[in-house]
Amino acid sequence: MNINATLLAQTIMFALFVWFCMKFVWTPIMAALEQRKKLIADGLADADRAKHDLELASKRSAEILREAKEKAGEIISNSEKRAGEIVEEAKVQAKAEGDRIVAGAKAEIDQEVFRAKEQLRTQVSAIALAGAAKILGREIDAKAHNDLLDKLVAEI
Amino acid sequence: MSSEAHTSAEYIRHHLQNLTYGQLPDGTWGVAHSVEEAKAMGFWALNLDTFIMSLLLGAVFMWMFRGAAKRAEIGIPSGLQNFCEWAIEFIDTSVRGSFSGRNAMIGPLALTIFFWVFAMNLMDLLPIDYIPLLMSALGVPYFKVVPSTDPNATFGMAIGVFVLVLYYSIKIKGVGGFLGELTLQPFGKFGMPVNLLLEGVNLIAKPISLALRLFGNMYAGEMIFILIALMGGAWAGFSLGGVTLYGSQILLSLGWAIFHILIVTLQAFIFMTLTIVYLDMAHQEHH
Repeated sequence: MNINATLLAQTIMFALFVWFCMKFVWTPIMAALEQRKKLIADGLADADRAKHDLELASKRSAEILREAKEKAGEIISNSEKRAGEIVEEAKVQAKAEGDRIVAGAKAEIDQEVFRAKEQLRTQVSAIALAGAAKILGREIDAKAHNDLLDKLVAEI
Repeated sequence: MSSEAHTSAEYIRHHLQNLTYGQLPDGTWGVAHSVEEAKAMGFWALNLDTFIMSLLLGAVFMWMFRGAAKRAEIGIPSGLQNFCEWAIEFIDTSVRGSFSGRNAMIGPLALTIFFWVFAMNLMDLLPIDYIPLLMSALGVPYFKVVPSTDPNATFGMAIGVFVLVLYYSIKIKGVGGFLGELTLQPFGKFGMPVNLLLEGVNLIAKPISLALRLFGNMYAGEMIFILIALMGGAWAGFSLGGVTLYGSQILLSLGWAIFHILIVTLQAFIFMTLTIVYLDMAHQEHH
């Protein structure tokens, strides 16, 4: 255990080892570590962003769904209203049409009645004339008694 | 009895002697074959075992981490890459925790210190006789396997750290700032010699404490392994005492080895953390 030139050799060796380690070991491994750290950090950030995006998307889809439902409800209620209106209109129209038909029929009936009355009247006047002629036993001058007859007819 | 004591002493001495290459007493260059020969070589000698083991361990560490660094990619890491990334993140966290400045060199420096010291310490867990026996079979007289039990190795690193401390002290604070820090506090400019003495001791204490702490711990640990191994060396046939000694050697070396796993890691960590702290202090300006 003497101190001798080994001391110098060891010092030089030490310096060389440190230099080698600095140049060829430490730097590349540290660089790889840094890069990996960055990669992992990026990956985590991406995952976070994706999660956030997913959240946003699901929120948005829920909103769209809600809107669609609202719209559908609106459409249904609109159409119901419209259907009611149409039915109402149809009812009104049908009533008017019915009324018209009824009125027409009534008018026709009135006309028929009138005509029948007229006919009846003329027939009655003829019968009355014939009866009167038989009663009187002679021909009545239609001409001479026309106004009389007319008076009669009007009375019937 | 005396011969056994002699062999025990020999055994310990053998285990604590480095394989030293230098100038032999007869003027030729070669490997010292005795403790006295190694001592006589003076400063210009090289501990081959420390040198080779630390070079080898450092190379293994660099090769392993370089392999991971080359294949480093940002996908899912596996196996070696995972381990290396974990280690680097651990070191990086430690550095960020105790180093407040910005310096691209501190991280790699801490990583190198931690794993190199760790690997060198870890050699302590190898059975202490294997490699010396193998080496003596190959004709090599001594071989100390744990480089960090050689003060040359620990001081070598500590000096490297010390140079960095000086360099950054001067770079950050300027020569004047650094000298001012050494001389103008804590007692103001009239206490300059005292300040210089205090701060100088403070400064010099850094590398010395770094080196001696590691060396002392590993050396003491190695010593205990040697002493435990000596118990089994007292084996002298199937007597009750012999068997007891042998059994307790196994138990003790197991216990000490398990405890040493902690020491090995802890010492590497302490060396690294203190280096970071010293360099942090070098980066900070005091006013």
